[in-house]
Amino acid sequence: MSKWVINESLCKGCGICIARCPLKILAYADHLTPKGVYPAAITDEAKCTSCAICARSCPDVAIEIYKEEK
Amino acid sequence: MAKVLMKGNEAIGEAAVLAGCRYYFGYPITPQSELPAYLAKRLPEVDGVFVQAESEVAAINMVYGSGSAGARVMTSSSSPGISLKQEGISYIAGAEVPCLIVNVMRGGPGLGNIAPAQSDYWQSTRGGGHGDYRTIVLAPNSVQEMADMTITGFDLSDRFRNPVLLLSDGVLGQMMEPVNLPEPHDYNINSKKWALGYRGSDKNERNLCSSIFLDNDELEEHNWHLYQKYQVITDLFSKGEYKDFAVEEHLCDDAEIILVGYGIISRILKTVVEKCRKRGIKAGLVRPKVLWPFPTAVFERLAKTASQFLVVEMSCGQMVEDVKLSVDGKKPVFFFGRTGGTVPSDFEILNEVDKLVRPD
Amino acid sequence: MTMKKVFSRPASLSKTPFHYCPGCDHGVIHRLVAEAIDELEVGDRTIGVAPVGCSVFAYDYFNFDFNQAAHGRAPAVATGIKRTRPDSIVFTYQGDGDLAAIGTAEIIHAANRGEKITVIFVNNAIYGMTGGQMAPTTLIGMKTQTSPYGRDASTAGNPIKMSEMIATLESPVYVTRVTINSVANLMKAKKAIYNAFKLQKEGKGFSFVEVVAICPTNWGKKPADSHKWLTENMLPVFPLGTFKDTLGVEKSA
Repeated sequence: MSKWVINESLCKGCGICIARCPLKILAYADHLTPKGVYPAAITDEAKCTSCAICARSCPDVAIEIYKEEK
Repeated sequence: MAKVLMKGNEAIGEAAVLAGCRYYFGYPITPQSELPAYLAKRLPEVDGVFVQAESEVAAINMVYGSGSAGARVMTSSSSPGISLKQEGISYIAGAEVPCLIVNVMRGGPGLGNIAPAQSDYWQSTRGGGHGDYRTIVLAPNSVQEMADMTITGFDLSDRFRNPVLLLSDGVLGQMMEPVNLPEPHDYNINSKKWALGYRGSDKNERNLCSSIFLDNDELEEHNWHLYQKYQVITDLFSKGEYKDFAVEEHLCDDAEIILVGYGIISRILKTVVEKCRKRGIKAGLVRPKVLWPFPTAVFERLAKTASQFLVVEMSCGQMVEDVKLSVDGKKPVFFFGRTGGTVPSDFEILNEVDKLVRPD
Repeated sequence: MTMKKVFSRPASLSKTPFHYCPGCDHGVIHRLVAEAIDELEVGDRTIGVAPVGCSVFAYDYFNFDFNQAAHGRAPAVATGIKRTRPDSIVFTYQGDGDLAAIGTAEIIHAANRGEKITVIFVNNAIYGMTGGQMAPTTLIGMKTQTSPYGRDASTAGNPIKMSEMIATLESPVYVTRVTINSVANLMKAKKAIYNAFKLQKEGKGFSFVEVVAICPTNWGKKPADSHKWLTENMLPVFPLGTFKDTLGVEKSA
């Protein structure tokens, strides 16, 4: 299961999450959603620390964040 | 209850309390000031809320909020203040929130003066604000009716989820008469399932009070829904349980000339009718007690038996248009009015009748 | 290994997708309101009042009762609701045209009466819904549809500072200005909104949170650039900070 889950139907491609990701592991996907938006995507999920900065910054509450529990 | 001597404005206040109204929001303006003054004193005694708002605009929007939360709520004002309230009344009508609005009419247009007038008839009966809507308009002619119609007004507004306007004037508001106050009425704020904050176990997922329907088809459907409600209300007054409430007729059966007037004017007209009868003139009186929906059927019927109509108003002629529409050209409809705060005397009206009945 | 949810949509926020433009701050501010309501466990007795402006449909985005008010009148409507149902949590959500122009009288007097309501004021220095006209909070020199040569103080006055104005009144118990231009500031904004609702839950007085926000569409800037522009241009005019905290809610928290 992923740490970083996006609901692409909510994403408007504003890019705020991409700009704010401290590890720079978010980027626009290379596919369009049915709304005609290039959604945000994670490029290297292994590096993701589940800090949730992207999710908290998302104006459309499109991102859910999970963390591995030991 | 025993009869008490009260001013018209105060009778409305006490009747509102007896009707279960516990919320009043208003702004000072003459000649309705006795009403807020009365309620400012009275409402705290019954754990009610009196708020003097920063404007009439704010007051009517407080009414919108309180009514949407399920209260029996009222505001009052006088002509220029009622103009300011029209925005809120339109929203209240659109969102179908019940409330009672009292207009103690004074002279206009503009600041006009503080003397009694009936020049807000059009504003009251044609909606007043923007959009396709109606308010039920009740027109008392005594302190007793000020009290009774306040109760009726709350009942009608709750029943139809529609604003009700009590249309009075400076004379009725200020005059003192004995009044039989009605029995107190219990009102439960949790009786409206649609209201915001309703807590019943049968509550909807959530409640919304709104007048916005951005989609064309949705707004059209909403407007026709309102129209159908107004048709039901019209039927109620023309042939339903409020048929007798809607209009008062006096000596009309054999009348050749029908005098028409509402509110304080109707009391003067009654004297005129009596004086006419003493002089051998067959005069009768029709007094609409409900101005919207207008009691058209009475005029349709009397247009068959009477030979002419004389409408008397404290305006340059507003209700006369509804009488003409109802009579529909079958008989002549004449008008006599005084405006600017002057109440016509029985003598000058009698003169008008003379001119019509004995043209030579 | 199991996965624990760190962040997801708060329960008080409905599932309806926002109609706002890409990057618009309204979405985050709505979410912060919903989070505060959920954390205070008052979702079953909250009543919102939506304004006229971009957030006119705010009622669609929350799972509790709502009234949709006329332009600028939300504080008067909220007064009526709160006085009628004092045990409800009542808030207005208003923009700068709604609150600082047409509704100036309503907000000042609701604040001055100390109505026990919460006001969320979103200031992005422009009218959004009508297509980018000058607002009372538009900056000097800022070009809008109705200030095409830039706002000129000699004819259009200066940006109104609502928080400062409201803080001069005796009755309000909490008046603060926040922004969400960074995650750090966003967390401060979250706390401020929580504080404002907490005060209401405790039956205290009038609480007011101004959120300095962006309008990428009508500013003609990309969302990320808009936050930078906000930091450089709006914050000097609308400084962040708490102007009134009568009961010390920020210290007690």
